[in-house]
Amino acid sequence: MQTHAQPIGGPLFTRAYFVLLSIAAIGMALILWRFWVGLGVSTGLSDGYPLGIWIALDVVTGTALACGGYAVALVVYIFNKGQFHPLIRPAILTSALGYTIAGASVAVDLGRPWNMWKIPTYVWAWNLNSSLLEVALCIMAYVFVLWIELSPAFMEKFSVDGPPLLQKWSKRLLPIVNKALIWIIALGMLLPTMHQSSLGSLMMLAGPKLHPLWLTGWLPLLFLMSCLAMGYAIVVFESVFSSRAFGRNPEVPMLINLQKIAAWGGLVFVAVRVADLAYSGNLHYAMTLDLYGTMFWIETVLWLLPLVMMLASPRPNLGSLFRGAMVVALAGALYRFDTYLVAFQPGPGWHYFPSVPEMFITIGLVALELAIYVAVVKRFPIIAGMTPAQPARPAALVAQGSANSGARTFHLADS
Amino acid sequence: MNTDRRAFFKNIAAAAATLTVLPTAALAREKKTAPSDAVGMLYDTTKCIGCKACVVACKEANHMPADTDGYGHGLYDSPDSLNQYTKNIIQLYKDGNEQSFAKKQCMHCIDPACVGACMLGALQKGKFGVVSYDVSKCVGCRYCETVCPFNVPKFEWAKAAPKIVKCEFCKERLAEGKQPACTEVCPRKAVIFGKYTDLLDEAHLRLENNPGKYVNKVYGERELGGTQVLYLSHIDFEKIGFRFKQDESVPHLQQTVSHGIYKGFVGPIALYGLLGAVLFRNRGNSEKES
Ligand code: SF4
Ligand code: SF4
Ligand code: SF4
Repeated sequence: MQTHAQPIGGPLFTRAYFVLLSIAAIGMALILWRFWVGLGVSTGLSDGYPLGIWIALDVVTGTALACGGYAVALVVYIFNKGQFHPLIRPAILTSALGYTIAGASVAVDLGRPWNMWKIPTYVWAWNLNSSLLEVALCIMAYVFVLWIELSPAFMEKFSVDGPPLLQKWSKRLLPIVNKALIWIIALGMLLPTMHQSSLGSLMMLAGPKLHPLWLTGWLPLLFLMSCLAMGYAIVVFESVFSSRAFGRNPEVPMLINLQKIAAWGGLVFVAVRVADLAYSGNLHYAMTLDLYGTMFWIETVLWLLPLVMMLASPRPNLGSLFRGAMVVALAGALYRFDTYLVAFQPGPGWHYFPSVPEMFITIGLVALELAIYVAVVKRFPIIAGMTPAQPARPAALVAQGSANSGARTFHLADS
Repeated sequence: MNTDRRAFFKNIAAAAATLTVLPTAALAREKKTAPSDAVGMLYDTTKCIGCKACVVACKEANHMPADTDGYGHGLYDSPDSLNQYTKNIIQLYKDGNEQSFAKKQCMHCIDPACVGACMLGALQKGKFGVVSYDVSKCVGCRYCETVCPFNVPKFEWAKAAPKIVKCEFCKERLAEGKQPACTEVCPRKAVIFGKYTDLLDEAHLRLENNPGKYVNKVYGERELGGTQVLYLSHIDFEKIGFRFKQDESVPHLQQTVSHGIYKGFVGPIALYGLLGAVLFRNRGNSEKES
């Protein structure tokens, strides 16, 4: 098994890392406290606003940001763009961490988390009308799929220098996982398509409590588009980040192609939304510049801005790509956050603002995610140091091809 | 580069086609009607004197603690709305000379949003059309609270093992052949219990026999897909807290769209097959430079 991805190495416990760990530790301590005192004392939630930032930010926005793995996988495997291959592992890692942390947020948010195991096991009780059930099952499955997709990175390392038992099993499992990988990757694309769109369906059930500028039968499509847009933005960030930090050649020409899709996609998003509002006769709400109308316009401008920026800069470079991606990510994040919190109208007298512990738990979980990310990339082969030198590749491919002829292997992990 | 580009767009087209074809399978979802054994309540604002006997009876029947946080500092059970201690409440609307009481509890919707929301069916529409709660299947996600158009389900925020609190139409009493505690004690028969269809007739009779006395509408007959608790009021329903006028039930839109996408699970399976097929065709290429 050849791989170009290398552990970054270097000391792990730097001062910055301790700061990160401390923030994470505060968050974890607050989580314990939350379970001790209950949700009433620890959060700003109420019967009017039963869902807060743990759902609207950590899950709804966080998992969309964690769609980098989904977006790169689409680009590499479906659109057949091999140059992006070095980005897959870091993207899958951030996705796996992002989704796992979102799962942790849910466990903190649930009133009766000890009943969680019943969701996948009480098959006879499944309410197939519930979008939340679909989201929950899909996300659970996807977390699992992501870690399997990533497992070669760990097994590659363990099969070389792991403890004997781990080494033995890694050697044994690695080829099996690699062989099954094509179907796992396909699952890794199907599941986000399903649950990211269902996250939109979920708020359709808020019905009249959701402001008409957000309530539409197209919510699933708009949510799918927004997660793909945010996944694209993450691909750009990771490309820029790894090219700066590790001296890789950034894939500028390919990023430009992707930017075209993302930018025009923003226009499609706005067109679908406006056409639907016009059709349902609700467009006039956008003309009232109250909180809702204003948020609608901010979202709309953010969705269109990347296209304007792209058309205005005929010679795109890494900097302009980065700025464009930033706006795309913001557009998606704001749209999702608004749909879950700002556009939600439980009625007069209800207010929500997250409590300080609530915010620190979210911050702590993000810090934990970053800490794990740094530890993993420093110790395991995740990030490819350089765009692979050309002449080396054909030889490697031939060797592999002959070794596995007819075995239909698919090397996600290989770069 | 050229063939590569063509493949690229072909793949985009295939992906786009799958995504757009899926929802068009949407079939119109049928409107739900009340079950044949449906029971109900009819509340009449013109009869209610605000004595709150029903509030006390409800607390007793459900063994609910007093809510002493509000008025009187510990002296009275004085909830200001439905909450974790209160499944039934009498609220007062007053504006100048115009005044009305309004009883609030679960509406026992014919097509309930809460039931559509709940993952494992902890909330179910069962015997007599009563929407009941089974804590053993509840994960405490509060999605039911999020979607209920009447803000009925409440959460035990103060507890470490919180449950959802909502009126379950005194289902234990119904099983014993009794009527709900609240309708039983009402001294003015402002809230009465009965078969859903009988109550509907009774409500229309009152409207007919007393022209001008009521707003000419039985709230709950059509609203939000219909509710088994019906209201007659002498002032605007909005004033006594009924925000929504739409006839369409809350789950209608979401279930129409979701059923369209997931009909027979064909869409996801087809998409999985397609993804697998494209991956299979592209295998090995992922590492080549184009
Ligand atoms: S009023 Fe709310 S809680 Fe009661 S049945 Fe309807 S949706 Fe469910
Ligand atoms: S809080 Fe409980 S009853 Fe309400 S939707 Fe969630 S699992 Fe169902
Ligand atoms: S039916 Fe029972 S639980 Fe519901 S409001 Fe009346 S007394 Fe309370």
